[in-house]
Amino acid sequence: MNAIFILWLRQLKRFIRKKASIVGALGQPIIFLLAIGFGFGPVYAKAGGGNYIQFLAPGIIVMTVLFTSIFTGLEIIWDKQFGFLKETFVAPVSRLQILLGKTLGGATVAIIQGILVFLITLIAGFRPNLAGLPLAFIFLFLVAILSSALGAAIAARLDDMQGFPLIFNFVVQPLFFLSGAIFPIKDLPPALDFITKINPFSYGVDGLRYAFSGEGVFSPILSIGVLCVVSLFVLAVGVYQFSKVQL
Amino acid sequence: MQIKNCKKMIEIKNITKKFGKFTAVDDISLKVGRGEVFAFLGPNGAGKTTTIKMLTTLLIPTSGEVFLDGRNVTENPHETRKSFGIVFQDPSLDNELTAYENMQFHAILYGLKKDVYKKRIIDLLSLVELYDRKDSYVKNFSGGMKRRLEIARGLLHHPKVLFLDEPTIGLDPQTRNHIWTYINNLNKQENVTIFFTTHHMEEVERIAQRVAIIDDGKIIITGTIKEIIQKTKEKNLEDAFISLTGSKIRDEAGNAGLNQMRITNKLIR
Repeated sequence: MNAIFILWLRQLKRFIRKKASIVGALGQPIIFLLAIGFGFGPVYAKAGGGNYIQFLAPGIIVMTVLFTSIFTGLEIIWDKQFGFLKETFVAPVSRLQILLGKTLGGATVAIIQGILVFLITLIAGFRPNLAGLPLAFIFLFLVAILSSALGAAIAARLDDMQGFPLIFNFVVQPLFFLSGAIFPIKDLPPALDFITKINPFSYGVDGLRYAFSGEGVFSPILSIGVLCVVSLFVLAVGVYQFSKVQL
Repeated sequence: MQIKNCKKMIEIKNITKKFGKFTAVDDISLKVGRGEVFAFLGPNGAGKTTTIKMLTTLLIPTSGEVFLDGRNVTENPHETRKSFGIVFQDPSLDNELTAYENMQFHAILYGLKKDVYKKRIIDLLSLVELYDRKDSYVKNFSGGMKRRLEIARGLLHHPKVLFLDEPTIGLDPQTRNHIWTYINNLNKQENVTIFFTTHHMEEVERIAQRVAIIDDGKIIITGTIKEIIQKTKEKNLEDAFISLTGSKIRDEAGNAGLNQMRITNKLIR
C-alpha cells in the first residue's frame, strides 16, 4: 500500500512542479472550445441539435483527461531513459503495485487537469446540471484510470520516444475523435457506428454527458460496466507487459 | 522456497546472455560466500554490468541459472528483490525530486519504517556531505553530487547482499575513502555480502577478500588477490590485471596474423 502511495505522490509532485505544462495542457481544450465549439455552434443549432457548447463540453473534458493520462503513462519511457525505472524495478514491490501507483498517479493528475477544463467550459457558457456532479466525477475517474493504464501498458514495451507520433496519431487521436466527443453517435454510417460502439471512450463521453444533461445514448450502468471491464483488461495486459520488461 | 547451500550468498551456474548475435556474458560460473567482499573486475564492456543485471532481476539469462541467498533469481524475482541492494553504474535518480525525496521514495519502496529511515537518511546524507542540500532538486546537482546521492540511497536499506557497479566513478579520493569505510563497516557489523566492480585497483586491495576477472564475457581467473598476483608473477594487482586482460590484445594480434596468412595463401593460389 505504501509503495502505491509513494509512486502516486511522486507523480503528483512532478505534475505540480511543472507549472508551464499545466497551463500548456489547457491550450488544446481552449482551442477546441473556441474553434469547434463556437465555429460549429450555428450549424449545429440550425440542424436542430440545440446548444453545441452544451453538447461539446463533456467531450472536451474527456479529451483533456484522455490526453493527460496517456502522456503521464508514457512518462515511463522517460523513466527508462533517465534510469529511474531501474530503481523502481529492483525494489521488492510487485509489478501490479508499480502499475497501480503509476495509474492512480496519472489518473489523479488527469482529473485535476479535467476539472480545470470543466471550469473553463463554464466560462465558455456550459451550464451543467449540478446534481449530476457526483456521477460525472465517477465517469471522469473511470476514463482517467483507463487511459492512464493504457499509457503505462503501451510505454512498458517502448524504449524511446521515437514511437510517440505513431501512438499519438494511431491510438490517442482515433480514441478521441471516434468517441462521440465532437459529434452525436446517433444515425452514423454503419462502419463509423461500429467503431464508436467498440471504442470504450464513447461510453465515457456518453456517461459524462448523461451526468451533466440527463441525455445519453447508452444507459449509465452499461457505460460504467464497459469502462470497468476494459480498465481491468488493460491493467492485466499492463501487468503482463511490466513483467516482461528487461532493462 | 527451499534454501539450498546456505553458505553461498551468490551462485552463478553457467550463465550466458546474448543480445541478438552478440554474446555479452559467455557461460560463466561463480560462487560468493555469505559475508564475503567480492570484487568483479574487467575492462570496459567485459560483461560486468550485464552479469550484475542478471543477478538483480533486471535481465533474464539466455541460459544458465543464478541463485541469490539460495533462491533461483529468474524463478523468484520478487523474493530475490527483498534480499539485495544495488548502486547502478548509470544514473537512476529522479531529477524532478529533491535529494531527500529520492531517499524517501527508496525507503518506502523497501518498506522501511519512518523513524528508521528518517535517521538513516540524515546519517547517509551527512556521510556523503549532501545534508545541507537535502531539499535541493537533483537536477541542480553536479555529476559528483548525484553519484554521492546514488550511493547514499543504495546504502539506505541494509540488504543481505549489496551490488555496487563502479560506485566511486568520478569521485574524489576523500569521498571514496568515506564511502569505502562505511561499506566496510556495513560488511563487518551487519555481515552484508559485498559484490562490487571498480577500475581502482587500490580499492580492491583495500577491501576485497576475493576477486574474479572477466574479459570478453568469460571469467579468466578467480581467487584471492595474493593468489592472482602469484599466478601471474606480477608485483601487484594492477600489473596482474593488465597482464591478464592484456592477453586479449595478443589474441587479436594472433587472429590478425591468421587472417594475414589466409590472405597470403589466397594470393599464392
